[in-house]
Amino acid sequence: MSRRTLRVLPGFNLTLGYTLFYLSVIVLIPLSAVFIKTSSLGLAQFWEVVTAPRVLASYRLSFGASLLAASINAVFGLMLAWALVRYSFPGKKLVDALIDLPFALPTAVAGIALTALYAKNGWLGSILEPAGIKVAFGPLGVLVALVFIGLPFVVRTVQPILEDLDTELEEAATSLGARRWQTFRHVTLPILAPALLTGFALAFARAVGEYGSVIFIAGNIPMVSEITPLMIITKLEQYDYAGATAIAVVMLVFSFVLLLGINGLQAWTERATGRNR
Amino acid sequence: MAGATALHAKADHAARFESRSATREPTWVKWTLIGVSLTFFALFLLMPLIAVFVEALRKGWDTYLAALVEPDALSAIRLTLIAAAIAVPLNLVFGVSAAWAITKFNFRGKHFLITLIDLPFSVSPVVAGLIYVLLFGAQGWFGPWLAEHDLKVIFAVPGIVLATVFVTFPFIARELIPLMQAQGKEEEEAAVVLGANGWQTFWYVTLPNIKWGLLYGVILTNARAMGEFGAVSVVSGHIRGLTNTMPLHVEILYNEYQFAASFAVASLLALLALVTLCIKTWIEHQAGRDS
Repeated sequence: MSRRTLRVLPGFNLTLGYTLFYLSVIVLIPLSAVFIKTSSLGLAQFWEVVTAPRVLASYRLSFGASLLAASINAVFGLMLAWALVRYSFPGKKLVDALIDLPFALPTAVAGIALTALYAKNGWLGSILEPAGIKVAFGPLGVLVALVFIGLPFVVRTVQPILEDLDTELEEAATSLGARRWQTFRHVTLPILAPALLTGFALAFARAVGEYGSVIFIAGNIPMVSEITPLMIITKLEQYDYAGATAIAVVMLVFSFVLLLGINGLQAWTERATGRNR
Repeated sequence: MAGATALHAKADHAARFESRSATREPTWVKWTLIGVSLTFFALFLLMPLIAVFVEALRKGWDTYLAALVEPDALSAIRLTLIAAAIAVPLNLVFGVSAAWAITKFNFRGKHFLITLIDLPFSVSPVVAGLIYVLLFGAQGWFGPWLAEHDLKVIFAVPGIVLATVFVTFPFIARELIPLMQAQGKEEEEAAVVLGANGWQTFWYVTLPNIKWGLLYGVILTNARAMGEFGAVSVVSGHIRGLTNTMPLHVEILYNEYQFAASFAVASLLALLALVTLCIKTWIEHQAGRDS
């Protein structure tokens, strides 16, 4: 160990040791149980479980609704962040504070509240259902719940980047003859793009795994409005541990890939904006 | 992945952008944007929040209070407090320790370690519950051993605590790492050179620098710990009066069509969320004043 650098600060072995120990006990060993348990299933059986028609329908709903919800959040989240950073309007501080509500509000509470709103006799359901739009107890309800829980991710990743933006860039564009929309499209948006994409990916990742807020409003109709996490619960209730684990493996592999992608996106955001968060 | 929840000192930037013609939109564009985004905000965030309280009080204060002091509700409140009281300190110690190791020293695999710490963020809560069932359930790895020694983890309080610890695992660490990275280690090194021991260095030098971020992480962890539903639902077994937390109690009442009672308990959790947001806003204000 000739290249060993002298450490002035104490506690390296203690803190790193404890970190690794705690990480292994709480996260790594339990997670590895999922993979080891699945290997008892055999490839053919595993494939049969994870491609059963009802499970396939749940992937379509979970991934489709999550993608759509994250896209809706990207559009409206950007607008909200823009309004909060660039404009003054009455009640702005309150709106800014409440944006984080979906982080703080327990998902079960969000679930029953949204169901009450969109049910046939609810404030919004009583307007929408006569118009032929059925939200509660169907796929559209899943979408609404996922939009709710994903909104803060986009606003909170875009907002700081917008705040740090220098006015000079836009002034230069304007002085060179660009119209406001052109400036936004060709100057501002490219700077925001990495953060916007990160917020989108975070909202998407959260939405795919979401359970509490969705199950109340979804109606949970087989082949129509069952999300993938619910399929795991259903298998567990039938004591089909191997089946539940197989679906969990599919979800875990997907989350790992997404997590790596998000970390890459965040590194890109830091490089593109010179921010270190 | 916790980037979206990082402590961010607040300052108002609107004046800077609104005073320059190059960064200003026409009035109609401005008010359309404000109008559309506020409508979206009201529809998706404000209305569900108001609905909780309206539904809770629909049958009057008597029903509301009765739902809260009923024995099953009280035991659910107690269990929720216990789970949070164990999960928050555990993750606090871990968060500080991980942040110290990661930000004050250089070692190989640091980025990989950060990614691993982030893992619980991206794991579905249902999967988080499932992994403990696989370990400690009747057919799990340690199931037979636990049964032999008459210990219960799944469908009991320890399982609920474990699931809560898992879902709140990264919050404090992820709050502290960027903060302590930005502050560097010169101040701590100076303290050590001047003769302070490790504990004194942390207590008198590091802690004052990170107090707002730490507090921020703690209240986020607490809110999530008290509100966790999916993971806890898998390991709890829903035994009334024994293994029901507040969110699970909300679900049971709701499924029994006791809507007013269900929303009454839910309104307590909504109040907790509002208090969390108030403290959070206050911390952001304090941190903004300090910097």
